[in-house]
Amino acid sequence: MKHNVKKILSSALVHILLLALVFINIFPLYWMVTFSLKTNDEILGYSYKDAETGQRVQVLPNHVGLPHHWEWGNYTEAMKTGNMGQYFINSLAVTVLAITITLIASFMATYALTRLVWKGRKTMSKFFMLGLTIPIHAAIVPVYVMLSKLGLLNTYSALIFPYSAFALAMGILISTGFMGDIPYDLDEAAFLDGCGTWGIFLRVIAPLMMPAIATVGIYTFLQCWNELLFATVFVSSGKYRTLPVGVQQLFGQYTTRWGPIGAALTIATMPTLIAYAFLSRRIQGSFIAGAVKG
Amino acid sequence: MKKTFSYRLNIFLFLLPALILFVGILIAPIAMSAYYSLNDFNSVAGKSMTFVWLDNYKELFSRTLLNSETGKAFVNDKFMGDALVNSLVLAALSVFIQLPLALLIALKLSKGITGERAYLSVFFMPVLISTVIIGRLWMNIYDPGKAGILNAALKAMGIDQWLFPWITKHISSSKLPFTGQWTGFKETALGAAFIPILWQYVGYHMLLMYAGIKGVPADLLEAAKLDGCREGQVNRYIIIPYIKPILKVSVIFAVTGSLKSFDLIYTLMKDTTKAELPSTLMYKLLFLHNRYGLGSAIAVILIALCFLFAILISLAFRDKGEKVS
Repeated sequence: MKHNVKKILSSALVHILLLALVFINIFPLYWMVTFSLKTNDEILGYSYKDAETGQRVQVLPNHVGLPHHWEWGNYTEAMKTGNMGQYFINSLAVTVLAITITLIASFMATYALTRLVWKGRKTMSKFFMLGLTIPIHAAIVPVYVMLSKLGLLNTYSALIFPYSAFALAMGILISTGFMGDIPYDLDEAAFLDGCGTWGIFLRVIAPLMMPAIATVGIYTFLQCWNELLFATVFVSSGKYRTLPVGVQQLFGQYTTRWGPIGAALTIATMPTLIAYAFLSRRIQGSFIAGAVKG
Repeated sequence: MKKTFSYRLNIFLFLLPALILFVGILIAPIAMSAYYSLNDFNSVAGKSMTFVWLDNYKELFSRTLLNSETGKAFVNDKFMGDALVNSLVLAALSVFIQLPLALLIALKLSKGITGERAYLSVFFMPVLISTVIIGRLWMNIYDPGKAGILNAALKAMGIDQWLFPWITKHISSSKLPFTGQWTGFKETALGAAFIPILWQYVGYHMLLMYAGIKGVPADLLEAAKLDGCREGQVNRYIIIPYIKPILKVSVIFAVTGSLKSFDLIYTLMKDTTKAELPSTLMYKLLFLHNRYGLGSAIAVILIALCFLFAILISLAFRDKGEKVS
């Protein structure tokens, strides 16, 4: 009996600590959404002169409460003046194309590295795995020089190709795991049916790599969607600016107005969080696949 | 003969897209960065490169760095040295605070606690949010004005006089907290930057460790329990040794991540000099002062350090494993 009480107490304590962590995890986001719907006056507090009594009335700041008046205008302002809609589309275009290129390049390379037999394929695999450790800083000056010589600064390509290149190593690593699970008998059967190397790849292997598409895609998506350094350096024109840079620029425009900033932050965060709400297991799975196989 | 040729050609064609991307954007640039770092190189458009051997590296660790256009010094301290120390401090904080915390949560969660999945999903969530957003959000939390909720909370609790000095001993109390910015003092800036990093990534490491612990064979754990092992002993002698490969990955990610860290400091602080990191210094040198040679030298140092630490950490984990077995 006594043992039982002790057990219940200790499990309650664990839950209290975990719930405190939940609070710490969620609070900043809750706070972001609330201040995106407030005016500066509400956030900072203000005072006004009452018309009847002639006295100054102090309105206390509303730091963490729900907004008294939901100021949706902050969102229209972030979309219109802050141009968040355009940046959103840019981010989407860059990310989708980078994912496509990463998938094609890494599936093809993985096929050559795992299903085709040739001397040196082990070394070649190791060579690609160097990409897991190479920091993006390594590329920044030379790629900047290259892009400027090719006249590709301020284009979608300026981001798409570098993003794909840096996602490639992880793409190959994850694909290797998935492709290894496909039985080799299938290749042989297809070969006997008259398929060539390309036929086996396109008709047998590629259709079976669907789960890998999700895993590699999710990993690449998060890398590209949130990337800041390349996006700041390689793109300076607003026309091709991506969300992280757009949000960053917005801070300069509205240094003192919290509402539109909060709205921009919320707009940039929501797609990922909504996707996470539906795909949490898959998203977690792709992070685990990326790390465990490394 | 013809068939082997076409087979080889196919192998080459399959590798081609990946090779073009990889060699063109990762491998060749490393060589180019190394070459640039040995040159005085101040304009992308012009051909004003002069070979200067290791002068850039010397200048990087000297007391003054010059702006190429104005010729004036823009920093006058041992900045690269400081930046490296700062990034190593971040790495140490990550390894010795963040990872143990992640391991602790993972150990608790993986033992089949009620709401295990829900806790896991919430703790992992910040990993998905852009660091730019997190930087800005924490900038607002640390805001020195009336709207900053950290100072507001301290004030509401009436502990603003004594809580802040815990973090720093060197600032005179007149500067504290409502006139100063949390991220604005050298003494607090790095710590203030570490908190959001901790907030964002603890869930990442926790998820990896959790997945690793779930992979420990159930009969191994049962055998240990039958032998009378208490929970702490199971953790120490069975689970932790078993998930060593994952701990290795976590340590490598934490250390190389700290060396590379850029986004958070860049967004959190208007002026990064208070917590300069190699990458923020590199960014300044490159794009504010046009010192491409100097910036490339930092890039080379970072590449070398990332590989060095990855190898050292792997070796450290391998040695311990051999002693155990």
